[in-house]
Amino acid sequence: MSLNTFDRTATSAVDAMRSIIERCDAVEPKIGAFLHRDAADALAQARASDERRAAGRPLGPLDGVVIGVKDLICVKGQPLTCASRILEGYISPYDAHVIEKLKAAGAILWGRLNMDEFAMGSSCETSAYQKTHNPWDLERTPGGSSGGSAAALAAGECEIALGSDTGGSIRQPAACCGIVGLKPTYGLVSRYGLAAFASSLDQIGPMGRTVADCAALLQAIAGHDGRDSTSLDVAVPDYMAALAQPERPVTIGLPKEYYTDGVDPEIRAAVDAAAKFYQSRGCTIKEVTLPHTDYAIPVYYIIAPAEASSNLSRYDGVRYTRRSKDAKDTFDVYAKSRGEGFGPEVKRRVLLGSYALSSGYYDAYYVRAQKVRTLIRNDFLKAFEDVDVLLTPTTPNPAFRLGEKTDDPLAMYLEDIFTISVNLAGLPGISLPCGFTKNGLPIGMQLIGKPLDEANLLKTAYTYEQAHEFRNARAKV
Amino acid sequence: MPEKPTIDIDHVADLARIHLSDEEKRIYLSQLGKVLEYFERLDELDVSNVEPTAHAAPVYNVWREDVPGPTMSPSAAVMNAPAKREGQVVMPRVVSE
Repeated sequence: MSLNTFDRTATSAVDAMRSIIERCDAVEPKIGAFLHRDAADALAQARASDERRAAGRPLGPLDGVVIGVKDLICVKGQPLTCASRILEGYISPYDAHVIEKLKAAGAILWGRLNMDEFAMGSSCETSAYQKTHNPWDLERTPGGSSGGSAAALAAGECEIALGSDTGGSIRQPAACCGIVGLKPTYGLVSRYGLAAFASSLDQIGPMGRTVADCAALLQAIAGHDGRDSTSLDVAVPDYMAALAQPERPVTIGLPKEYYTDGVDPEIRAAVDAAAKFYQSRGCTIKEVTLPHTDYAIPVYYIIAPAEASSNLSRYDGVRYTRRSKDAKDTFDVYAKSRGEGFGPEVKRRVLLGSYALSSGYYDAYYVRAQKVRTLIRNDFLKAFEDVDVLLTPTTPNPAFRLGEKTDDPLAMYLEDIFTISVNLAGLPGISLPCGFTKNGLPIGMQLIGKPLDEANLLKTAYTYEQAHEFRNARAKV
Repeated sequence: MPEKPTIDIDHVADLARIHLSDEEKRIYLSQLGKVLEYFERLDELDVSNVEPTAHAAPVYNVWREDVPGPTMSPSAAVMNAPAKREGQVVMPRVVSE
């Protein structure tokens, strides 16, 4: 029997795709997860999958499985906007590495999912096109930046989804929408064909309704790619086999800096209960310390905008779809196209990054931040001398209301407090549901692993998930 | 870190190649000022003996063989350009006559 929620031996790909198209038609007016959908193209992919299966030649466990794609990953011939006006009308001329692999696996690539503009945000509200609503409470955000991916999964509009995570952009929306999301070790998944935000932090990762669904998707997309010079040339373990292994007690660390008064009491109680659960399964629970935790947000908000200011310089009115009609000379083409095409949060971060890299401030901000980044990474490596995984809340608060934090950038940045260190240190992290608030909002817990220890991380998450019923809860949309 | 970070918003906007309205300049100047204040807490740490981390993966000097292979066609490479002619991107004249 399949460990996954999808099983194409039971339902044909065409039937699965038809029912998802109907579901999207019914709920999209309320959710707004998709920027683009092409039902005819998806059905053609589904028919090809069924033909392979009928001929006895399915391409693997993902053949005919419906996967939503965040709108910053290139799928040849499909639109890609990064939820930005500056890329309106852009059509990808090539496939990302992960898309090549998913096509080879027979997956049905379904639609373009909303996000914060260029992945800069924690609520999808910086999207230039539309708001996405949290399926558990339509007045609230789905989190971000991969909020379209998380909302589509929670609303039953796709079976698995691709997200990307630079500071928590897979894990935070997963927590807000009651689904599972994994940020892999930096370098495990190729970034070729991912529109770059902050290259030293960005990772593509799997999102799904269950741990096993994420494991199956990670299996398909992980692996070395010579077109990404930071891609790690390592053997990819069999993640699904790891889930089927007998349970093995592990040592779990609770970083004391993550259990502070700033955490919502209901979230704190749910994560405490998870620690007790692991203890009841024979795991050892240890308090550990990550002393530089408080510096992670300033470090991140120097490094990520600095890298973004460089990466986004390519959107200059020359090669990418949008040029200002008022541009008289070359400088105008750059500055006016960008002034018209970028939204407020992107402008804010590009300005911040340009400032941090500018002559006279480079050492004081950028180099200092990179040094503190070393201290943050060393904290984790030291903690992992004593423990196998770390358990923390994914977010300090449940999903917040639409509009609640849009006027205060710093308040929005603080929502990332528990997730960004993991990117700075290049570690794998997974968020999975661990309860609901009394108002019915999902709560997520985060497990953080050693570099390239995804198999153990997934197994630890799976042990918790299988002993609880949260994976079966469905938003009533 | 400089004592009081001063931001010349016109200079920063020029560096960033972003045209800003006067209203935008006023808002971003105030918001960036608050964010920079928040960054000052990094001054608390002594990092004189710490090596910077540019990225977390232990990968250095990545080489590959220079082998010819299939690449994107010129027409695909410029297909998204806002102004193009004969397979090339068109820009305003940069040299005066």
